[in-house]
Amino acid sequence: MNMAQKENLYAITGLFDSPDAVLHAAEETEKAGYTKFDVHTPYPVHGMDRAMKLKTSKIGLFAFAFGLLGAVCAVLFISWVTIKDYPLVIGGKPFWSWPAFVPVSFEVTVLATSVLSTLAMIVLYFKFPNNAHPLHDTPYMKSISSNRFGIAVQADDPKFDEKEVTGFFKSLGSKEIAPVYFVPADQDMRPALFDPKFLGLLLVIGLTASAATYFTLNKILYLPPFDWMMVQPKLKAQQPSSFFHDGIGMRPPVEGTVARGYMPYPYKGKPEEAGKYLINPLFPTKEVLDRGQQKFLTYCSPCHGNFGRGDSRLQGQFPNPPTLLSDKVRSWPDGSIYHVITEGQNAMPSYASQVSREDRWAIIQYIRALQRAQHAHESDFK
Amino acid sequence: MTTIDYTQEPAITIGVVTSAEIDAAISAPLDRFPSRRWWIAFGIALMILSMGLASVTAILFKGLGLMGFNQPVAWAFDITNFVFWVGIGHAGTLISAILFLMRQRWRNAIARFAEAMTIFAVICAGMFVSVAHLGRVWLAGYLLPYPNQHGLWINFISPLVWDVFAVSTYFTVSLVFWYLGLVPDFATLRDRTRNKHKKLAYSILSLGWRFSNRHWSHYERMYLILAGFATPLVLSVHTIVSFDFAVSVLPGWHSTIFPPYFVAGAVFSGFAMVQNVLIGMRKFFKLEKIITLKHLENMNKVMLATGMMVGYAYAVEFFMAWYSGSQFERFVFLNRALGPYAWAYWIMVSCNVLFVQLFWFKKIRTSIPAMFAIGVLVNVGMWFERYVIIVTSLSRDFLPSSWGHFSPTIFDFGVLALGFGLFFTLVLLFVRFLPSVAIAELKGVMENAQPHYHE
Repeated sequence: MNMAQKENLYAITGLFDSPDAVLHAAEETEKAGYTKFDVHTPYPVHGMDRAMKLKTSKIGLFAFAFGLLGAVCAVLFISWVTIKDYPLVIGGKPFWSWPAFVPVSFEVTVLATSVLSTLAMIVLYFKFPNNAHPLHDTPYMKSISSNRFGIAVQADDPKFDEKEVTGFFKSLGSKEIAPVYFVPADQDMRPALFDPKFLGLLLVIGLTASAATYFTLNKILYLPPFDWMMVQPKLKAQQPSSFFHDGIGMRPPVEGTVARGYMPYPYKGKPEEAGKYLINPLFPTKEVLDRGQQKFLTYCSPCHGNFGRGDSRLQGQFPNPPTLLSDKVRSWPDGSIYHVITEGQNAMPSYASQVSREDRWAIIQYIRALQRAQHAHESDFK
Repeated sequence: MTTIDYTQEPAITIGVVTSAEIDAAISAPLDRFPSRRWWIAFGIALMILSMGLASVTAILFKGLGLMGFNQPVAWAFDITNFVFWVGIGHAGTLISAILFLMRQRWRNAIARFAEAMTIFAVICAGMFVSVAHLGRVWLAGYLLPYPNQHGLWINFISPLVWDVFAVSTYFTVSLVFWYLGLVPDFATLRDRTRNKHKKLAYSILSLGWRFSNRHWSHYERMYLILAGFATPLVLSVHTIVSFDFAVSVLPGWHSTIFPPYFVAGAVFSGFAMVQNVLIGMRKFFKLEKIITLKHLENMNKVMLATGMMVGYAYAVEFFMAWYSGSQFERFVFLNRALGPYAWAYWIMVSCNVLFVQLFWFKKIRTSIPAMFAIGVLVNVGMWFERYVIIVTSLSRDFLPSSWGHFSPTIFDFGVLALGFGLFFTLVLLFVRFLPSVAIAELKGVMENAQPHYHE
């Protein structure tokens, strides 16, 4: 054996055939004062922890901590959502109805404990993944993973002496004693990490993942059957439809349909009777005048002018709209004006479809106010 | 007078099986090219699966209207299948976690397989809710609480949200539990295989496990903790599934007996499924020495016990309907037994309560064809139990004017096929690619596996 190999010695291993033998050997190894040794068994052997004088695993503390973390986070998060960020009233129950938080909090607790403490065990205690350990791919490990039991005393143990350990194992009745060496190159990850092949692989994976993500999010998810409810197969007004024989999407009402709120107008073509029998149901209160002004400015002022003088910008382009302040209009009864708004007159069309009945009466009150403003009584100045 | 020594545990295997024999028997299906019989079984499973996928694809393109559900029966086959498959999963966790805590050593031979079945069954259950029932699968992300530009959160006090958490936690924890158990077995396979690619795969999966006792010490403790958490978890999952019904005010659903009743039913149907599949597997892979008649008999005893719990729940439901004095409750139960779905109700009662009583006889309990047939019947009965609960309650509730009737379409049956096809495809892939018996756990409970302390 040359010196280089000697420096690379990892451990001396000894194989045993029965659990009793390895348990005894472990006890003796521990008694002999070795500290850096390990027992390898294909399944956990009862009593081995005691024989090796191992302390009870502390993984339970991790489980407790992670469980507590999961529980606290879940309760706080649910409380914040249901009380502060997105409160929903459900059956008049209080927002903080904690019994209903139990199921989700419980599940999150179990999830956090199981996943995080398993990860903690694998990463912190086992230092896994580690496929470069010197024991891998040795005849020793192959026997262990099948049906035999073994002890390995590591070369970095302060009491380690190759000959002494070999003799010690022999005295314990080990059937096969073998040294295990490590390959120094295996222990250094740096060259492997900067290998151009590895970097190339990383690049390919990165590009593939980005391209796949891009196409999934921007293209594939907009192909059928994925629909995002932006296009809906319902008919909107004015849309054509091949379903109806006339090709029109919007349906006319059935013949004889009466529109909601429709009242027949009995004085059609009878302006005198309208003037005679129609009476303004509204009084010139502030509310009525305000409403009349609003409707007047919307519907009447474009032709008749903002103050009813007939001085709108339509002057000269059409037959001039008449003033509403003339003596003729002043002398009309309310019913006549109502009739003109409802039926139209000369160039003026009917405003019945735009202006409701009540609004027409309000407009008339407003016109009366405009007329009064131009022909005020003495008493109005007081 | 003879006394029975109760401290003496029965043998786990037939005859003495050495560790090397265990390795050989369990890794054999992984090493050799799959047999003709495996291909035939896999072909059938794939065929059933593709029938299901075809139906689901049609549903995704055309909409849920292809299925038979309607108003008022808005839940039908999808939710029946979902509850059925979640229930199937429960046997696996019961075997792997609860029997582990009770130190039932016989569980070791069947635990791995049952855990795998749990995972596959939960995948199937998830498929029904997410793919078939939601309609727009691509919006399934809305089920999870994530910060979004709508400023919305999910409603944490809705049982349907609890369900999402329960089933996804159940799946994740089962997967972790299962994988942790597989790690030493991957290490064994890694050292056995001569195939370069398999060696790479097993090395990665084993994480570099080297059977160190310093690791076993933590590993065993972690396994105990996981079993301790999985036990209340498995009880919570079907409890929460039952809340989907019990929290509503529908007669026939609004019942406090639902959680225990559902859990018992879940274990019942789960054991029937494990028993059925194990009977096939031990025959296929010649594992009769490892999965013995004793295992199957024990499972039959569990089925007998849980079957009677389920029967008790049926009786209590009827009693409570009468005792409640509520006209609607009374009507729902009379309607179940005598109404338009009476055929489904009586299939349920006969399969779940009557036939399973045959397991009182040791001869039937230990006869493979008889127990297989009863196992199949139990699963039929348990599927119909969910169907009866869901469909009869929805179809006739308070107002006769809003009553309706559900009859399945071919797409409903297609979706039913999806579950069985997916499940058996996954099971067959599992037995082909992964060790279907926990090698390390089984070695540890063999005769002479533990030290005698120089007795």
